[in-house]
Amino acid sequence: MSGFIIIALIVLVFIIIYQIAKASEYASVLRGEEKVKAQTNRTMAGLLVAFFVLGVYGIWKCHELLIDKMLPVSASEQGVGYDSMLKVTLIITGLVFFATQAILFWFVWRYQATEKRTSFYYAHNNKLELLWTTVPAIAMASLVAIGLRNWFNITSQAPANAAVVEIVGKQFNWIVRYPGHDNELGKRDFRKINDANNILGLDWNDTHNLDDIISPSGEMHLVVNKPVKLIIGSRDVIHDVGLPHFRMKMDAVPGITTTMWFTPRYTTEQMKQITGNPNFVYEISCDQMCGKGHYSMRGTIIVQTQAEYDAWMASQQSYYAQNNAAPAAAPAAGDSAKPKTDSVKVTAMK
Amino acid sequence: MSNDVIIQGPGVAHAHDAATEHHGHEHHEQHFIWKYIFSQDHKIIAKQYLISGIIWAVIGALMSVFFRLQLGFPDKTFPIMEKFLGEWAKGGKLSPEFYYALVTMHGTILVFFVLTAGLSGTFSNFLIPLQIGARDMASPFMNMLSFWFFFAAGVIMFASLYVETGPASGGWTTYPPLSALKEASLGSGVGMDLWLISMVLFVVSQLLGGLNYISTILNMRTKGMAMTRLPLTIWAFLFTAILGVLSFPVLTSGFVLLIFDRHFGTSFYLSEIFIGGKALPHIGGSAILYQHLFWFLGHPEVYIIMLPGMGMASEVLSTHSRKPIFGYFAMIISLVGITVLAFLVWAHHMFVTGMSPFLGSIFVLLTLLIAVPSAVKVFNWLTTIWRGNIRFTVPMTFAIGFVSLFISGGLTGIFLGNSALDIQLHDTYFVIAHFHLVMGVSAFFGMFAGIYHWYPKMFGRFMNNTLGYIHFFITIIGAYLIFWPMHYEGIAGMPRRYYDYSAWESFKQFQGLNSFISIVVIVVFFGQLMFVFNFFVSIFRGRKVTVQNPWQSNTLEWTTPIKPGHGNWEGDIPEVHRWAYDYKDDGNGNDFIPQTVPLKAGEESH
Repeated sequence: MSGFIIIALIVLVFIIIYQIAKASEYASVLRGEEKVKAQTNRTMAGLLVAFFVLGVYGIWKCHELLIDKMLPVSASEQGVGYDSMLKVTLIITGLVFFATQAILFWFVWRYQATEKRTSFYYAHNNKLELLWTTVPAIAMASLVAIGLRNWFNITSQAPANAAVVEIVGKQFNWIVRYPGHDNELGKRDFRKINDANNILGLDWNDTHNLDDIISPSGEMHLVVNKPVKLIIGSRDVIHDVGLPHFRMKMDAVPGITTTMWFTPRYTTEQMKQITGNPNFVYEISCDQMCGKGHYSMRGTIIVQTQAEYDAWMASQQSYYAQNNAAPAAAPAAGDSAKPKTDSVKVTAMK
Repeated sequence: MSNDVIIQGPGVAHAHDAATEHHGHEHHEQHFIWKYIFSQDHKIIAKQYLISGIIWAVIGALMSVFFRLQLGFPDKTFPIMEKFLGEWAKGGKLSPEFYYALVTMHGTILVFFVLTAGLSGTFSNFLIPLQIGARDMASPFMNMLSFWFFFAAGVIMFASLYVETGPASGGWTTYPPLSALKEASLGSGVGMDLWLISMVLFVVSQLLGGLNYISTILNMRTKGMAMTRLPLTIWAFLFTAILGVLSFPVLTSGFVLLIFDRHFGTSFYLSEIFIGGKALPHIGGSAILYQHLFWFLGHPEVYIIMLPGMGMASEVLSTHSRKPIFGYFAMIISLVGITVLAFLVWAHHMFVTGMSPFLGSIFVLLTLLIAVPSAVKVFNWLTTIWRGNIRFTVPMTFAIGFVSLFISGGLTGIFLGNSALDIQLHDTYFVIAHFHLVMGVSAFFGMFAGIYHWYPKMFGRFMNNTLGYIHFFITIIGAYLIFWPMHYEGIAGMPRRYYDYSAWESFKQFQGLNSFISIVVIVVFFGQLMFVFNFFVSIFRGRKVTVQNPWQSNTLEWTTPIKPGHGNWEGDIPEVHRWAYDYKDDGNGNDFIPQTVPLKAGEESH
């Protein structure tokens, strides 16, 4: 009922506004339409220019308010190129933006209709056309040149000494796998996936799998200043590994393995100091719509020094041991209960 | 308003109306159903498209208000939402499933039903015969079918909102496997089937319409109307139709394969999937294939939306500046350039799918190339108003707004088309800001300019001016307030299509900004409702048009009677002697020379 009242009220308000607007147009007839028309024209030209001036002020204010919320300095070496390229593109497009908008609103003010003015019949000028075809073309060509240099740099082959880490998306969390002592990820097969004790479908006949370490919570540990190559996969639908602080992003597509590599520059601790935020954390966001839990598909990255990383790695137990160990290994059995409950919960959500 | 229009007092009877209303070639009275519903008159069909488009726009905009409420105020409840959405917003809190359904439907409705059917459907139908000097479309019957296929598509899409598992909710791009597997999402159930059926019907409607537009423009121009004398609106509609006819079928093929994957066990898009607790038998498909098929339409679609607005803005800017459009041929060549390049840039939507970096680099080059014809158009528009005698009528303010928004939204495309930047900006709010400004609001401004400009021709009355100006300022200020700050959110990496950011250390800092944007959205929404109100009330109560050519325009539609009947011209179709943009002294104190006026002795054609 209250809904109807609200709608009725809105309609009523519109009717009143319409009647007032209509009355004002009748009133303008009484005052002489020519005069009113000229006045309206002046008013509109003025308002449009005011809009432009206030707009520029608003842009400045908006920048002031939001600049502190921008990302800190690139956390990866590859992202440094992105940051400088963003700046160059911003400057070029920013100049064009202010120039063209200023010209537009200047013309609006300068060439508003008056009784004395007659328009200038000016239909074409090939020199001008040539000018503003070639200048943008040259500008675009230089942006393409900068862009492709960065693009090929980012998409180049990972160096041979890069660490390899696998990250697999599923509805709605990330699973991270490390190759273990043998530095080799074993084969996996989606038909062997079992949410209870083999969440990635590792093939136990492949001995490379036996020492692989899995973090089902989506927490990834990386070593600072050491290149890392991510092997990206998906169990169900398309996800996307988004690493805003590293300026990196790559889709996770079921049935296809994608990769990306980068070199972290700052440990999480260093980044806390850079940002002045004691809660700072590198986050992995899912950047491809993947279902109702898309917004909650959060992973984290902890960048550490080699020593910290080694200490952490030493404390990890292989996924095989967690799930296939003899019953005697009591703590291991306790650990394995964790991924089990996690996955049960996720299944229930579906 | 225009010089010659005299406002009639409320009590003045319009005896002459009866005479002007019922003439034309069919003197017998048509039944209401044939005249207004199953009409074959291109002008009625145009109005049907326009009114359907407006209804869909209100629905689509209301959806955006609902999901903006969630984004702006994730910890509050809004009982009014429960009234509209029922179980999906229990206790006034939008469920995540329906949040995604709303963003999906908002995109589908606005892109296809409003900015494709409502925009080019309305103005191609209305203006092509009137501006080229034809009595109707090449096939009025196909034209009518085109609207009714669109109508059927709309009915099915609307029905899908009421399905128990909800409408499609995989985003307007409906990427499989999410959209292919009902285990993956509630919306991938019956709702997705209805979405696909509706879209296929929509494509049929577009093809029927598009073929009609092309053949009408090529074959049915009046005597003297050489292609080089066509107004730029018609050129824009021609290329819009060509884009649609060549790319929509590819989309359909993508949809058919998706239907097969969904129901007939094929594996075009599916491979190695474990979902719902079991491994599916599909192997060997590629989820990326769908994206290629989708974006092969999806990118030209952007220009299907943009070109009509460009054409209409050109016409409106020229008419109301009392100056010829600058660089008529450059405008046509840039339209050709955009049309050709539109087919060659689709994979820039897919830079982060793991595509070959070499292939990616080709698409970078072609994508940034398309900025050149767009820049040419902007500079030509600016030169068109330079040293003009600008009349700030409502359509003119919207056309100026169109140029401003097109610049703002177009420039950010240079960021996204450059793959090295796109890696970071892909699927963030930067993308939302970019495409809403350029193909959302800017295209809408082209449409509004067109509506205000041709409303007198459509209904024989004016829309209320004062409300028109208010509508303009609310919309342009609102659009910039909503979308400008989103660029910052995007550069900060904030992903799009998130239901709630409060758990994210990197993104929760934007909560205040999100609330601000949502409040502006609500204000702008009511501003649009005011436009809708103005539109419908003015049909019956707007100021009457009393002169044939209220804007003092050159094009042919203003040589028809104030309320043209089916067939458009009472006597012979006028002959055309000059181009559409002779805004110069005619020797009798007027600053325009209509296309029907023969060249004077010694006068050069443009």
